Amino acid sequence: MKPVDYQSVMDRRNETMLSALGLDYAPFMRHPVTFDYEALMAQVTYSLDTVREIQARVGVGNTPLIELRQINRLVRMLAPKGKGARIFVKDEAANPSGSYKARRAALSMHHAKDAGFKGAVAATSGNYGAAVASQAAMRGLDCIVVQEVFDSLGIGQPEILEKGRACEIYGAEVLQLSVGPELFYQFLRVLEETGYFNASLYTPYAIAGVEPLGVEIVEQMQAVTGAAPDVVICTHAGGGNLTGTARGLQKAGASGCKVVAASVDLSGLHMASDTDFNRKHFTTGHTGFGIPFASWPDRTDVPRNAARALRYMDRYLLVKQGEVFYVTEALARLEGLERGPAGNVALAAAIAQAQEMEEDQTIVVQETEYAGAGKQPSAQLSFARERGIQIWRGDPEDEIPGAAVVIPDHPSRIKLRDVDLNRVRKSLIRKAAGLMPEGNAPGEDDINFLVAETRSNPAFVDDCLRQASAG
Amino acid sequence: MTCRSGDWVRIHSVILTPDQRASAIPQETRAVPLEMRVKGWLVTAAAAIGDTVEIRTTLGRCYHGTLEAMNPPYGHDFATAIPELLRAGEELRAMLTEAGEETA
Repeated sequence: MKPVDYQSVMDRRNETMLSALGLDYAPFMRHPVTFDYEALMAQVTYSLDTVREIQARVGVGNTPLIELRQINRLVRMLAPKGKGARIFVKDEAANPSGSYKARRAALSMHHAKDAGFKGAVAATSGNYGAAVASQAAMRGLDCIVVQEVFDSLGIGQPEILEKGRACEIYGAEVLQLSVGPELFYQFLRVLEETGYFNASLYTPYAIAGVEPLGVEIVEQMQAVTGAAPDVVICTHAGGGNLTGTARGLQKAGASGCKVVAASVDLSGLHMASDTDFNRKHFTTGHTGFGIPFASWPDRTDVPRNAARALRYMDRYLLVKQGEVFYVTEALARLEGLERGPAGNVALAAAIAQAQEMEEDQTIVVQETEYAGAGKQPSAQLSFARERGIQIWRGDPEDEIPGAAVVIPDHPSRIKLRDVDLNRVRKSLIRKAAGLMPEGNAPGEDDINFLVAETRSNPAFVDDCLRQASAG
Repeated sequence: MTCRSGDWVRIHSVILTPDQRASAIPQETRAVPLEMRVKGWLVTAAAAIGDTVEIRTTLGRCYHGTLEAMNPPYGHDFATAIPELLRAGEELRAMLTEAGEETA
């Protein structure tokens, strides 16, 4: 029997992950940095139409696109004359498990079943667990979810508890862990014990499953306005949402459409801190994932991450927690749509960005999620208040993650805050430079790879590499 | 409280003690164990809270740990309304009403 202590299990991680994926990553691991990303994505041999068929068979996709007419009126009241793009939202809550994650799970579980796995394991605290459990249930597969839930006092915040409950209702075995990145160790142990499929969020399947979302956006917008949208805003965390959507937009020919990422600003809170854990009011779509995954995607449960958001990002906006709670209220009050928090991060950013765009332009907020007990601002903010977090109306700029949430006192308080993407790009290139084989100067292939990774140009990459070697 | 074989229960176990935890994590996290809670059907014939027991999960997999609760509540709900948000909603509605048809 193999030893199951922490170090032994972690030492076997690559072997464990590979046998649990049914995919050959070897061609993409020959060089420590550079690999053929499109060839990795081509491991998914289904055409886009086949992916859509696979998903349609299980009720995934073809979600409604809704124009937010009241919010759009509000935006035009706030915007300078002639400005105020129309905002539409893709109602992804209509998917079987209540979020766009069903798209990622659907293709992954189709593959798992096809490859002969009897079950799947997912390491997630989010909607993805419920999505995998739901898709597994439809196929008669077992599902185990390893979830970070509690702090050391055994307390979990309401949104996470709801996500765990949802996994259980779809028949998953849920392993609820306390705070810490060693969740991955437990995840590996379960993979070893069961031989089940690693339903990672970051396989090519999990990304290709999102591409139809981008295609649907183009088709539906063309039907309504006669053109693809000018901007699509994606709530950004691990990068799969944005990557898959952007690839879908490209496949549908919307090359002029700008892709914008939006995350909740949780700067100052440590994601692996037992004491910070219950002081953040968003469980995902925040900078704790968004920034590290944009600046280095290969930090996941697969050898190469197929979600590479920086390749597709035109802009990256930050919003405050109070702003997202405020627009969640606005969405319910003004549009009659009670939806969970995830897509509302992008909606807050859209309300700000629409005011600097022309009246005849359009923005699509590409997801909503279901709202259940625990997911509403009422649950999250009541929980926060019990923990001494201050909540007041005012300027969200005064918000302090972990200490204060500031609900805007006027919609004009919702502001654009750009992340400096060149800093993110430099950080990625610096890290890549450190991983290059010793004694080998980066060749043309490496430069081209880094240009694509960072959506930049050879001169920029060269410059960053020179700085990295000098520093 | 005595739980009997076949009751739906939750158990608790320690996955890593503080000294077994990864080094690159915040001190406050390394000071406490990595814990796990799992629910399942009690296999042990009869047990009290705090006893070491065996359970079988909904997938039929076995786990051992300390019996923590019988059929524990999920524990999350809608909590209470947030007056700051209620007022914000009223203001937004009023702004649109006041603007009237001119922006419709």
